[in-house]
Amino acid sequence: MRENTMEISAFDVRAVRAQFPILQRKVNGQNLVYLDNAATVQKPQMVIDALTHYYSHYNANIHRGVHSLAQEATQAYEEARIKIQEHICAAHSHEIIFTMGTTDAINLVMQTWGRSQLSFGDTVLISALEHHSNLVPWHLLKEEKGINIEIIPIHPDGSLDMEAYADLLKKNVKLVCVNHVSNALGSINPIKEMVHMAHEVGAICMIDGAQALPHSKVDVQDLDADFYAFSGHKVYGPTGIGVLYGKEKLLNEMPPWRGGGEMIAAVEYQSSTYNTLPHKFEAGTPNIAGGIALGSAIDFVRSIGVEHIEEHEAQLLESLTQKTAHIDGLKIYGTAEKKAGVFSFLVDGTHPYDVGTLLDQMGVAVRTGHHCAEPLMNHFGIPGTIRASFGCYNTNEEVDVFVHSLERALKMLR
Amino acid sequence: MESLAERKAEILDEFMMFDDWMQKYEHIIELGKELPLIEEQFKTEDHLIKGCQSRVWLHASEGDQGKVHFTADSDAIITKGLIALMIRYLGDLPAKDVASAEMDFIQEIGLQDHLSPTRSNGLVSMVKQMKLYGMALAAKQL
Ligand SMILES: Cc1ncc(COP(=O)(O)O)c(C=O)c1O
Repeated sequence: MRENTMEISAFDVRAVRAQFPILQRKVNGQNLVYLDNAATVQKPQMVIDALTHYYSHYNANIHRGVHSLAQEATQAYEEARIKIQEHICAAHSHEIIFTMGTTDAINLVMQTWGRSQLSFGDTVLISALEHHSNLVPWHLLKEEKGINIEIIPIHPDGSLDMEAYADLLKKNVKLVCVNHVSNALGSINPIKEMVHMAHEVGAICMIDGAQALPHSKVDVQDLDADFYAFSGHKVYGPTGIGVLYGKEKLLNEMPPWRGGGEMIAAVEYQSSTYNTLPHKFEAGTPNIAGGIALGSAIDFVRSIGVEHIEEHEAQLLESLTQKTAHIDGLKIYGTAEKKAGVFSFLVDGTHPYDVGTLLDQMGVAVRTGHHCAEPLMNHFGIPGTIRASFGCYNTNEEVDVFVHSLERALKMLR
Repeated sequence: MESLAERKAEILDEFMMFDDWMQKYEHIIELGKELPLIEEQFKTEDHLIKGCQSRVWLHASEGDQGKVHFTADSDAIITKGLIALMIRYLGDLPAKDVASAEMDFIQEIGLQDHLSPTRSNGLVSMVKQMKLYGMALAAKQL
């Protein structure tokens, strides 16, 4: 126990902050207080350096050149894949498919596994908490094939209704789509249990891990997830790169989606044979710099220790929840017992747009709106919320600035 | 009747008085509170301009001497304050003046961010609609 606390006190938020150049800037003349981390997080110097270093020292196309630069680039890109494999505890590095992000990864699953395995009347269970990116691709498939979409409902606190889930699983379910952590409410879903229950009825599980990976330890084998998607830009990496993890067996069974260079074994004019994993799903020149820099982002997270990040953000959330408890008419959306560093709320008599605009004047960046989860907002009967979300570099002082700025904004508005 | 140039000068003068953002926004909020409301019967889907951040309802009609009369509302008070400014600037003018009006005063009072399409608060579309209405009415009056 004692050792543990020693380790946690070794987390020095000042030292972490110092690695993020953007945190030095001012917004509207005020110090930036960046609390829109669920949308995207800021980048540490080592990730920015990885990008510039690649372009300044060994930019080359990968997997196809014999020259030194091509080999260096290929090696760095494939090392990044291995770092990601290790970080999420995948069994093989070829189970890590580079994509453009979470949205792209989910679309890959829909286009390949979905289109080949699902047919008319098959049920896809989707949680009520999903981001549009884990909903709309399945709408497309519904239009094309007539699959049946059922929604796993939530309790008022934003946690999933597991009894309803158990019932829904009786309906010829082939696929369950659920996020690990909700971006709109912060609920942490019981993924391991859900995957287990899905497997018992022969369904597979697609986990949207966009909000989980930046904030908590993820072990895809322990979860027994069939697919697990995330975005680089939410885990301190660059935009335009993300990952689809898939179990080897499933990935091997799936047809390719995009055709082109890299993904082929041999091509003739009338037909081609396809490359092995992971290349089968990586047609064309990929985002090489992005992949390499995502590897650095994983190094960054590991250098701090994801358990320290989790602990730190939980403490910030706790503190923010306490410090806003006295604010009249403030209602938190998402009060599940297990919650990540997301504080989604509304204040009686005010509109999120107004609050967000005034907070911005005070240098505080939050998100307002429906958070790409319109059906969920409709469920609560609200147009959207104001959302403050934490990253590893946020501080208790920033929580105080936020609370103070919020009080000022409310005073102007009410 | 005041010309557009006079209206603009008046608004600029008013905003010159503010030393900081707080006073400016307090004023906008005040304007929002004073905005004469759109009649309930016009607060319908066809009068709704959807932004994903805030919603705006706009109703335009032909008033006295062929001038354009606007009423509007929004669910967000800052948006409403900005609407009040637009209506003060464009409202009850001859249709052709509405159609050809420059909106550069918004820039000059430092509120252009609210009129950026990326802001998605419905204001850009509202101004477009106001001008379209002016254009249509001007064409009819020829
Ligand atoms: C839970 C969740 N899923 C999916 C996405 C989509 O991620 P991206 O836009 O990076 O593809 C997001 C990002 O907003 C998210 O929060």
